[in-house]
Amino acid sequence: MDLRYDDDHERFRTEVQTFLSAHWPPPDRGDDTDRKAQERAFRLKAIEAGYLARSIPRRYGGSEQPADVLEAAIIREEFAKAWAPGDVAGLGPSLLVPTLLEKGAEWQKQRFVQPTIMGDIMWCQGYSEPNAGSDLANVQTRARLMGDEWVINGQKIWTSVAWLADYMFCLCRTEPEASKHAGISYLLIDMKQPGVDVRRLKAINGASHFCEVFLDDVRTPADWIVGERGQGWDVSRATLKHERNMIGGATQTLTYWDRLMRLAERTQKDGRRALDDPRVRDRLAVIEGYVRAQEFSAYRQLSKAAKGEKAGIVQSMNKINGTNTGHLIVKLALDLLGDEGLLEPEAFDPVTSPDVNTAWVARYMQTLGAAIAGGTSNIQRSVIAERGLGLPRDRERDQSRQARRPSQERRS
Amino acid sequence: MNFDLCEEQEMLQSTVRQFAATECPLPRAREIFDAKDGHDPELWRGLCDLGLGGIQIEEAYGGAGLELLDLALVGEVLGESAFPGPFFGHALAALAIGLGGSEEQKRRWLPDLASGSAIGTIAFAEGDQMWQPEQWGLEASEGGTRIEGHKCFVPHAGTADIVVVGLAGGGMSVVERDCAALDIKESAALDRTRRVAEVEFTGAPAHPLPEGVAASGRVRDAGLVLLAADAMGAAWRCVELSVEYANRREQFGTTIGHFQALKHQLADMAIEVEPARGLYWYAAHAFDHVPDESARFAAMAKAHLTDRAMQVARDAVEAHGGIGFTWEGDLHLYFKRAMFDRAFLGSPEFHRARAAELGGW
Repeated sequence: MDLRYDDDHERFRTEVQTFLSAHWPPPDRGDDTDRKAQERAFRLKAIEAGYLARSIPRRYGGSEQPADVLEAAIIREEFAKAWAPGDVAGLGPSLLVPTLLEKGAEWQKQRFVQPTIMGDIMWCQGYSEPNAGSDLANVQTRARLMGDEWVINGQKIWTSVAWLADYMFCLCRTEPEASKHAGISYLLIDMKQPGVDVRRLKAINGASHFCEVFLDDVRTPADWIVGERGQGWDVSRATLKHERNMIGGATQTLTYWDRLMRLAERTQKDGRRALDDPRVRDRLAVIEGYVRAQEFSAYRQLSKAAKGEKAGIVQSMNKINGTNTGHLIVKLALDLLGDEGLLEPEAFDPVTSPDVNTAWVARYMQTLGAAIAGGTSNIQRSVIAERGLGLPRDRERDQSRQARRPSQERRS
Repeated sequence: MNFDLCEEQEMLQSTVRQFAATECPLPRAREIFDAKDGHDPELWRGLCDLGLGGIQIEEAYGGAGLELLDLALVGEVLGESAFPGPFFGHALAALAIGLGGSEEQKRRWLPDLASGSAIGTIAFAEGDQMWQPEQWGLEASEGGTRIEGHKCFVPHAGTADIVVVGLAGGGMSVVERDCAALDIKESAALDRTRRVAEVEFTGAPAHPLPEGVAASGRVRDAGLVLLAADAMGAAWRCVELSVEYANRREQFGTTIGHFQALKHQLADMAIEVEPARGLYWYAAHAFDHVPDESARFAAMAKAHLTDRAMQVARDAVEAHGGIGFTWEGDLHLYFKRAMFDRAFLGSPEFHRARAAELGGW
């Protein structure tokens, strides 16, 4: 165990710092009005230098760097310190791009990867449906090949920021006679066409981040399919794998933890800082045990990844671990708020908005979403039990994998 | 940057695991658990033949010269094996002499401790949860060379040759067992894999460790890390035993591992424990490499891991049903192991308060 970065990595850090001091903030930023254009120009330079889009081949607009998780960590740290834009966030870059690179046709990579990682086009994810949540393979949205087009009818739900999306990557049933999992295809759909109706849902915390998307005779070309017909389930697994990793990082937990400590310092309780109250201190110390465990667990996995090894069962625990710790944090925060918990928070982004007390009311609700999105906590438990601990799969689920009978098709 | 074990450390663990599985499988551990003094000299000999009596003792005194992390990795495997005997107190006694002793004292005691021909232990506790150096009240007279008074929860006092005694003011002295001025009364230890005794010092000749005051807090910190490591091993074994049982036991015409309620309980147990492995690694690493964080993370690791282990041991008993509730089953060894790890050297709550204090809260 050696927690120092070696000389090569320290040299690399200096290079990144030098690059950043030359390019961010942009030296010729003028009146600072077109921030988006500045970020775009900076990202192109950073890709050229090998600091962003590192896993993307050069021919698709990336910088094609050898996988080095420690270099990646240094880049993240230094970019964060300089408040420089990192890789474009969102479901397109984080979920669709790796899927296209793994399973997509050459023309799809050529056409979609670069504009997606540059933020020029935005994607939404058409997976969940009213009757396909945890049982995602139960998707009923129907796509029929008619001539050289797919014609799609159905409804998607919990679609994040669908009103902003240019395209959707979508699971549709294309082979209704095939068994449940073998009847699905992975299609790409243009969202800006007649028949696509996006309705924003209002969530428990007042935010309208999720949407319903109704698809009514929506069309997409025959070759806008990723993988073969009926392979959509396997293609989507490649995507979900990336989603679990994305949600599992310790970064958000550490941010919440720092803010909780600040809240305990500034909150008065019985004429002294809440932090000085023995009961509050004990609860904080309990939480810190979980926070640090999660932090070291992330280091452990990073170190394994750096050697090209797998970290084992702990990898499957990242998501639920973050969810559970997040719940402990917001519960204590709400107790510290007291009466302020009676008031609805202002419109607010739980991660980026300023650290005001009412933000905790929003976070208290926001963290509930973490136990649901990207595979509920109960689904996580089943995955850990079955794939991690080697317990048998649920019998009911095994049964539903059998071929669908026509009578079932009619009922649904 | 490498937050991972090296190959030698992984080999060390697999060597100890192999040894424990061959020489002290659970049926043997249960026999020793029920035996009169809870100590099997042959087993101890075997452990020391692997060099485990002096892992962290300097090479100049016959040890392997390794670090607390290596010692803790061994401790974890002994925890997962419910391995009976004096390893824990022995390791701390050797650390105390290594950190606090004079050159002459080290030459006098460490080689025998390293080879295992002498067994060491520590006499820290004074009752009423008084474990810490700053709480010690036992006075030594005649310039610290004579001890009259009482200590409790001394691990394997009955078999120890060398006792490191905590004294008022935070210093430490060594008492040799054969001085015949010790009155040892076995306590009815709950964890019979690690017996404890009350020790009455009746004018025992003592050898003060010159750097004892500076070393005693460090020895306590090392003890906290070893307890955390033991708890990690015991807790993970509880998960494994419960999974094995769930895959074996049949009810309602199928193995009970098919039932989601149990699967989720087992998953929750694993989630409580496995991510915390790095916490004791880091605490052990900090002991040798990050002095500023050593005491704080030792306290945090002890508090977190022994709490987790206790809960998981309880859950494991529940998951086993009736057989988990019996003396004949294996599980109660781990349950009681967890009870020891939790209480020894102070409660999780106590160490959380220390961790908060040490964090400057």
